[in-house]
Amino acid sequence: MEKKKLVTIVTESILEKKIAKDILRIGARGYTITEASGQGERGMRSSDWEQSRNIRLEVICDSAVATRIVEHMSKTYYDDYAMIVFVHDVEVVRPEKF
Amino acid sequence: MLENLLDPVILFFAMGLLAGLLKSDLRLPEAIYEVISIFLLMAIGLKGGVQLSKTSLSEVLIPAGVTVLIGLSIPLIAYPVLRRIGKFSEADSAAIAAHYGSVSAVTFAVVQTYLDRLAIAYEEYVTVLLVVLEIPAIAMGILIARMKTRKHKIDYGLLFHEVFLGKSIYLLIAGLLIGWVAGPERIQPVSPLFFDLFKAALAFFLLEMGLVAARRISDLKRVGLFLFGFGILMPIASALLGMGLGYLAGLSLGGSVVLATLAGSASYIAAPAAMRIAVPQANPTLYLTASLGITFPFNLLFGIPLYHWMGTILYSIGG
Repeated sequence: MEKKKLVTIVTESILEKKIAKDILRIGARGYTITEASGQGERGMRSSDWEQSRNIRLEVICDSAVATRIVEHMSKTYYDDYAMIVFVHDVEVVRPEKF
Repeated sequence: MLENLLDPVILFFAMGLLAGLLKSDLRLPEAIYEVISIFLLMAIGLKGGVQLSKTSLSEVLIPAGVTVLIGLSIPLIAYPVLRRIGKFSEADSAAIAAHYGSVSAVTFAVVQTYLDRLAIAYEEYVTVLLVVLEIPAIAMGILIARMKTRKHKIDYGLLFHEVFLGKSIYLLIAGLLIGWVAGPERIQPVSPLFFDLFKAALAFFLLEMGLVAARRISDLKRVGLFLFGFGILMPIASALLGMGLGYLAGLSLGGSVVLATLAGSASYIAAPAAMRIAVPQANPTLYLTASLGITFPFNLLFGIPLYHWMGTILYSIGG
């Protein structure tokens, strides 16, 4: 088992394609996207109306890439979009995949 | 007016609205909602395309030009009102203005069924006007925002993709093309599904739209009284503009009522997606609540009969 970082981004679904592209460019090898809903300071983000749908994007990567992702997200999107980013320590079985 | 409220399509909407306001747990599964919205957009396009194949394209040019003019002018009228009187930020004002210049395809479908029920004829090519009106206002709103606010790096590739390949515009244009190319005879085998069942599907869809609108109404407290008034008065002003220009362009009474309704309706599918990308600093709660929570129900319940009434007066004076 090897230590890696799990970066989770919860944000507006309209950004899906854009941040997926950003993340690969920054150096991640892959990501997982699921639909999400919830409530935060920008109000209720429910899945009932396609314009207010949320996604949850998860990336496992090494800590250098994780730092760059966090920096990029906060610089580019924090001002104008509903977005939460957090990082976990995780242990993975096949480190070469990430 | 009362007659309009007794139309089953409107009653479905009212029941959806009521269910939402009473916090019923009624909710259409998302997949069904998606299917019906695709079905409706396709059917609206198909119907327009078939009718278009019966007319010559040259007839459409002047009304289409007038429609573009309407789409460009509504945001220019709405912006100063929102900015100066409503005291909204530049970005919010531009984004809301774009929504009011753009159109709602469902409102268009409802005015068509309204006129069909009263047996009032309208031009065959009105669906083209729906498609034509969708985009200019969005472009104008973005332009205003670009001129008035900090320069934001816009991902134009993504923006064009959302606007032209977003499902609402793509399906409308695809339906128009299919109907136009196939023509009235070849379309027969699909017409039981797309034309005969249209009104029932519209009613079902409006039940869900009532629920969605009701959830937006709960945001009214956050957007303030001004936007509530704007959501009702702006469509009436736009409809007057549409009605007047429709009359001058030589449209029939029915055609002008359709154009007035198109001008009076506000977008809630294409415009929000475009604004989120192009004017991200604008608050989506404001434009979604205004367009979906105020203007959409207003147009369905009271706006359409009002525009019809306005048209009757104009056409009886003007002859």
